[in-house]
Amino acid sequence: MADPALFEFLHTEMVAELWAHHSDPGPGGQKMSLCVLEGMGFRVGQALGERLPQETLAFREELDILKFLCKDLWVAVFQKQMDSLRTNHQGTYVLQDNSFPLLIRMASGLQYLEEAPKFLAFTCGLLRGALCILGIKSLVTASVASLPTCKFQVVIQKT
Amino acid sequence: MSRPAHRRPEYHKINKDLFVLTYGALVAQLCKDYEKDEDVNKYLDKMGYGIGTRLVEDFLARSCVRRCHSYSEITDIIAQVAFKMYLGITPSVTCNNSSRTEFSLILDKNPLVEFVEELPAGRSSLCYCNLLCGIIRGALEMIHLAADVTFLQDRLKGDRVTEIGITFLRKLDEKKYRRKK
Repeated sequence: MADPALFEFLHTEMVAELWAHHSDPGPGGQKMSLCVLEGMGFRVGQALGERLPQETLAFREELDILKFLCKDLWVAVFQKQMDSLRTNHQGTYVLQDNSFPLLIRMASGLQYLEEAPKFLAFTCGLLRGALCILGIKSLVTASVASLPTCKFQVVIQKT
Repeated sequence: MSRPAHRRPEYHKINKDLFVLTYGALVAQLCKDYEKDEDVNKYLDKMGYGIGTRLVEDFLARSCVRRCHSYSEITDIIAQVAFKMYLGITPSVTCNNSSRTEFSLILDKNPLVEFVEELPAGRSSLCYCNLLCGIIRGALEMIHLAADVTFLQDRLKGDRVTEIGITFLRKLDEKKYRRKK
């Protein structure tokens, strides 16, 4: 069993290294690094989604799936539940974590606000990947107003 | 408050897989970024080093390791305490020279390669688990011990076992390694 701390250490190192490696002076470089991290998170999210217990794959409602992500998946991955889930019932969901574990070690408040998005990209991909396996195509973005609270916005893509 | 994850055995498994899967995605990404195996290996070692320098604090805080008087005691602790704590395995330790500065960790099981059957095509020199070498090297350096850490054998490359070699480079200075409360 791999200790949860290992994932946190690896994630922090990945953010630092992939950022340094892919960055170039322009905003294009920044976007690419976030894409790379998000893409990795997506692959992992899919793989985790495939390992979920069978009964979770029998969800009827979209909202049930989101609730599942907020409770069970979040607990399995981050040892805590999402703190709130809101929706406009038209395909947009906002998931809020008031003490997101990958941000907690960084700071609290407004310090390092600019750096925060790098630490959220992988997790956005993770959510998008898990949703994909559960049959939902989505766009997931994250925003931070004040560390360590962050919001993940999930917009369901209707095909 | 959230329910503890261990109450549901299947979620326990998800958590264990998270690190292994993320590591796999990282190696895949590095293989995309670098054509040469040596470059990927070097990068994994470098990242491991960065992790090791921080992991050692976490380790010392969570374990109650006694003061060590020899390289062989330190290697035993790496195998029996650190590997156990972080990866749930206990490699066996052998000493490779009479001056007791070269050791091997023999990994019978290796969680990192749980989902890897074989190395990708054209990647026969890839040291898939090279992160581990960097971690050990970085951790040792933070406690003022210089060492070379490399894979001597690798099951993924067709060897019988997976073996990590640790070669301590300097005479152990007793005063520098203190027992952490």
